[in-house]
Amino acid sequence: MANTASDHIVSSFTDELNALAQTIAEMGGQVEVAIENGTKALLKLDRELADLTIIADQRIDDMQRKIDDMCVSIIARRQPMASDLRSIVTAIHVANDLERVGDMAKQLARRSLKLENINLQPTFYNGVKNMTALVLRQLKDALDAYANRDAAASVEVCNRDDEVDAMYTSLFRELLTYMLEDPRNITTCTHLLFCAKNLERIGDHATNIAERAYYLQTGKQLTADVQELHRTQIKA
Amino acid sequence: MDMLAGKVKKTSLNVDSTMNPIDVLERPIRLTARDVTVHYGAKQALHGISIDIPDRAVTAFIGPSGCGKSTFLRCINRMNDTIEGAKVGGTIKLDGEDIYAPALDVVELRARIGMVFQKPNPFPKSIYDNVAYGPRIHGLARNKADLDEIVVSSLRKAGLFEEVKDRLQEPGTGLSGGQQQRLCIARAIAVGPEVILMDEPCSALDPIATAVIEELIDELRENYTIVIVTHSMQQAARVSQRTAFFHLGNLIEQGPTEDIFTNPVNKQTQDYIMGRIG
Repeated sequence: MANTASDHIVSSFTDELNALAQTIAEMGGQVEVAIENGTKALLKLDRELADLTIIADQRIDDMQRKIDDMCVSIIARRQPMASDLRSIVTAIHVANDLERVGDMAKQLARRSLKLENINLQPTFYNGVKNMTALVLRQLKDALDAYANRDAAASVEVCNRDDEVDAMYTSLFRELLTYMLEDPRNITTCTHLLFCAKNLERIGDHATNIAERAYYLQTGKQLTADVQELHRTQIKA
Repeated sequence: MDMLAGKVKKTSLNVDSTMNPIDVLERPIRLTARDVTVHYGAKQALHGISIDIPDRAVTAFIGPSGCGKSTFLRCINRMNDTIEGAKVGGTIKLDGEDIYAPALDVVELRARIGMVFQKPNPFPKSIYDNVAYGPRIHGLARNKADLDEIVVSSLRKAGLFEEVKDRLQEPGTGLSGGQQQRLCIARAIAVGPEVILMDEPCSALDPIATAVIEELIDELRENYTIVIVTHSMQQAARVSQRTAFFHLGNLIEQGPTEDIFTNPVNKQTQDYIMGRIG
C-alpha cells in the first residue's frame, strides 16, 4: 500500500497495517484468478477447473475472516485515528466485497457443471467473454485505486460501471433473440443470462471497492461529494 | 473536487450529506480569544491563539507536553496573573466582555469561570465545607438552609451526593481519587459558574473513575460551557464536541471533534493523533 504518511512511533503498528494491506492485496489477487477460472471453466466446460475454483473459494472466505480478525485486533489494541481508522474500516468493507465476488466466481464455476452435454457455441458466449474482460478490468482498477490510494482513479472506476450495465442490457437482449430464434437454445441462454447477471454484480462490487478507496484517501463519501458538486453546478 | 467534474453520475445512492453532525459553533459563542500571546519572561509560550468557544458544549485542547494548551487554559480565568514574569497579550472576551479589562474583579471572574485541576485538591476540611466554602465567601447563601441546598444540589450535579450523603462532615481528603475529583467539580459548581475549565481532570484516575467523570462532563455540558485539556486523545474524542490541536505554542487546527479524529486537514495534527513521527 502506498503510504505517504510518516511512520508510526510504535513501529509494530505500522507493521500490522502493512500486513493488513498485504493480505487484502493477496485476497484481491485470488479473487481475480477465481473470476478468470470460473468463466473459463464455464465457457470451456472444464469440469476440473470448475472444481478447483469452487475449492479455492473456501480459501477466499478464510482470508476474509482473517482480515476481519486483524481489523478487530488493531481497533482493540491500537485505537486507530484519522486515516489509520479509515484504512481499517475500508479494509473490512473491501474484504467483504471481495468475498462476495469470490462467491460469484464460484457460482460461475458451478454453472459449468450443469451445462454439461450442451452445445455451447462462440456466438452464444462471446458476449459473456467480453463482459468478463470488462468486469475483470473494473475490479483490477478498483483494487489498484485502493492500494495506491488514488481518488481520481476511483472516480473513473465508478463512472465506468455504466459500461458494465450497458453491456449487461445488450447481452440480455442478444440472448433473448437466440431464445426466440430457436426454443432449444433456451436452457443454454438462460444459464448464460444468469452468468451475465453474476458478472454485472461483480461490477457493482468493483464500484463499491472504488468508493471505499475514494473514502480512504479523502475522508469523504464519494456519493455525498458528487451531490455537493451537483449543487454547486446548479448554483453556478 | 476537480476530478469529479464532468464525470458525475449515479446520484441515486442513498447518502444524505445532511447526516453530518451540526457544528456546535452554530451555538452562541461564550468565549472569544483573539491573538492571545503569553510570554514567560523572554520566552514566548503562546503565539497568537484565536479561538471561539461555544456555549454549552465541550471544547477539548490536545497536544504534546509543553505545547501551550494548559497555558492557554489558565489565561481564560487569569491564573497566569499569579505567575511572576508572565505577560498576556491579545484579547479574551467572556460574553463580549474583556476579561483582562483593568476594572474587572478577578475574584468574581473566577467564580464565573471555575477550574478543576489535574490532581484532586480538596481543602483539608469536611466534604460539606469544601463545597460550602465558595458560596460562603461570595455571600451566595442568606442562611443555613440556603447553604445546605447549594451544597446538596452541587454534590448532586457532580454525581457525588448519593455516595457521601451520610458522611458530609467527614474530611474531603478521605475520599477516593475519583470522588475527590468530583468533590472539586462540586466545589467549582457551587459558586454558579458559566464556564468550567478542566486541566487534565482524569490523568490521576483509574479507568472506572475516569468513565464516571466523563459521564459527568457529558451531563454538565447541558448547563455549562466546558473547556478540557487532556493528554488522552481518546478522552478528547469521547467527551468533546470541538477539538483544538496545539503544537509548540501555536493553535494548529480546530474543528468538530469528529472531523479532527477521522479526517484532520493539517499534517501535524494527523501525525500527532495517529501517533506518527512528524
